[in-house]
Amino acid sequence: MSGVPPSSPARPPSGGAAPANADDVGAGTAVVPLPYSAKQLQELLGSSWEARLKEMYRGMLLGRVLDTRMLGLQRQGRVAFYGPATGQEATSVGAALAMAEGDWVLPGLREQLIALMRGLDLTLYLHHLFGNDLDTARGRQMPCHPSAREARYVSMSSNIGTQIIHAVGLAYALRYKRETGVSWAFFGDGATSSNDFHSGMNFAGVWKLPVLFVCTNNQWAISIPNEKQTASPTFAEKAQAYGFEGSRVDGTDVVAVYHALREAREALASGKGPRMIECVLYRLTPHSSSDDPSRYQPKGWMDRAKAHDPLGRFEAMLDKLGMLPSAEREAVRAELDAKVRAAIQEAEVMPPPRFESLFEDTLRTPAWPLTEERDSFDKEQGGNFP
Amino acid sequence: MTELTLIQGVNKALHQAMKNDPDVLCLGEDIGVNGGVFRATDGLQKEFGEQRVLDTPLNESGIVGMAVGMALYGLKPVAEIQFLDFIYPAFDQIVSELAKLRYRSGGQFPAHVVIRTPYGGGIRGGLYHSQSTEQLFASTPGLKVVIPSTPADAKGLLLTAIFDEDPVLFMEPKRIYRTATGEVPDGDHRVPFGKARIVREGTDVSVFAYGAMVPTAFQACQVLEKTGIHAELIDLRTLVPLDIDAVVRSVEKTGRAVIVHEAPKFCGFGAELAAILAEKALYSLKAPIARVTGYDTPFPYTLENLYLPSVDRIGRAIQRTVAAG
Repeated sequence: MSGVPPSSPARPPSGGAAPANADDVGAGTAVVPLPYSAKQLQELLGSSWEARLKEMYRGMLLGRVLDTRMLGLQRQGRVAFYGPATGQEATSVGAALAMAEGDWVLPGLREQLIALMRGLDLTLYLHHLFGNDLDTARGRQMPCHPSAREARYVSMSSNIGTQIIHAVGLAYALRYKRETGVSWAFFGDGATSSNDFHSGMNFAGVWKLPVLFVCTNNQWAISIPNEKQTASPTFAEKAQAYGFEGSRVDGTDVVAVYHALREAREALASGKGPRMIECVLYRLTPHSSSDDPSRYQPKGWMDRAKAHDPLGRFEAMLDKLGMLPSAEREAVRAELDAKVRAAIQEAEVMPPPRFESLFEDTLRTPAWPLTEERDSFDKEQGGNFP
Repeated sequence: MTELTLIQGVNKALHQAMKNDPDVLCLGEDIGVNGGVFRATDGLQKEFGEQRVLDTPLNESGIVGMAVGMALYGLKPVAEIQFLDFIYPAFDQIVSELAKLRYRSGGQFPAHVVIRTPYGGGIRGGLYHSQSTEQLFASTPGLKVVIPSTPADAKGLLLTAIFDEDPVLFMEPKRIYRTATGEVPDGDHRVPFGKARIVREGTDVSVFAYGAMVPTAFQACQVLEKTGIHAELIDLRTLVPLDIDAVVRSVEKTGRAVIVHEAPKFCGFGAELAAILAEKALYSLKAPIARVTGYDTPFPYTLENLYLPSVDRIGRAIQRTVAAG
């Protein structure tokens, strides 16, 4: 299998032709290393390429360690729900590193790693996963729905696609205020069928706004594969109809993602309208902790998909290049694991939110009947019954 | 003070807000060059430019979603939905996003958005240019719902809405856009939310109305005055936040209540008012509460005047209520 030069993001992903449908996951189960030589990496990532590679590795590993730990806690009943992003680490990390500080993130389902890389404190994120009193949103949202203003990472709803048009309004505001930032809309393959994919793509095209539409195509919208989601051969080509460029990149290749998104971001920052980039990747876990893919995925799909594991591919490249010896990698993993464990320990013992928080943040100043409901809380819920 | 129509009050408020604050923008269908199909935004684009008065593509979800995105950054967008009847593509954006942003982000992301929309019947608009569905929005926590009935309130309540951090659905009674006239204070005139207006005082019965039903109910009260019935008419002005004290106090005084709205009766806003009175003022009631509303059907075209509460229908309901006890 030959790699695709990341400077040509319009080409199909590096493991060969992009899959036309979800059955086409490839035959082999052996991990395909990322295809770069040291010289190519230097060209693509600049003089500090080695440091950048380490950053990429750390980022992807943090995502993997978190997913592993949290899925474990979910199975033990210590958190009610968890939405892993295993398989998507290269896309999230490549995107986070391609962003500028003044950029805004409108996340889809699995972008939490981006928030962490942009400054959301790990322990604060764990407070959110446990829904405790120190959670920014006071335990109001299901896990994996953080809000991180400090990272310009907007609180998401669970409704699909609604954030896409928000990114457009944000981009309008950025341009109106003469800011240089770019607005990033993340969404999955399923969201390309949603109403606000259409409204967002259309509005951004009309006003030529600095919105980077990133489709994280993990090939499954819960149980629905790509070919049941659209009759278009690719999602990226939908951009053409809205009057701007759409392209595909191998979403399991962190170098290719970083390069393609950085290039697109620079074009947007210089006023060259919106762009859409489809990152083709593989969902390496169930949709969520509440999903059972054996009901709908072809037998062996997940095993074969693991050949496209972004972290495995990256490590196989490091092996080939003789970089980051395994002892060093182990040390990074151990360090991240310790950090995650410490954050879990700290967050798990925190009490649930104060009851008063039930009545806060609906409106700036609570109005009747909420005021009355708050004031009679003790009478309604306190004491013994009967 | 200047004598204005209700729609001129709306226009003046938008003008004043945009003059006050460069972060106020207007967006919607046909609002720029055309000045809006009712001319509510007339002249705004000419004065403030295309960057601040945006003619959008035809997509209501896009209009509201775009406004949410602008507000996330810190702008104060005023979105126009051409008719309330067309708002439903944006229902997801309003209910799932706009109304929940502050709550779900722990206050990190307020949603400083106003949605203006003409509502109500009596303009020969048929099913899809006439409806009143304020109850759908009033029952969504996180959203304020405001309905003016006079030119001064149109201006004053809209200015308050635009500079309120919470999302506001501002419903404009289009039937009285040009027939409701009155003196309007010049300049930055604001009317606070949550304060009902006593249109006329009375001792025998409390009549509750809002929007285009206020002048109709007022006429009914005036006619009955000559028959010796002294009706108190309360214009609620804001359904959320509701001036519950004004509602309860009035019925404690009169002992009778007649509730008027254009929307169908079943689960309408009148049901909430009746429930409030049952909870808070039952022992003051001398007669059953009456509701005068649109019928529980879709909105008709030819027979709309029979569908909408009229002076006669409201007047008879008041008479029956006073006679009942």
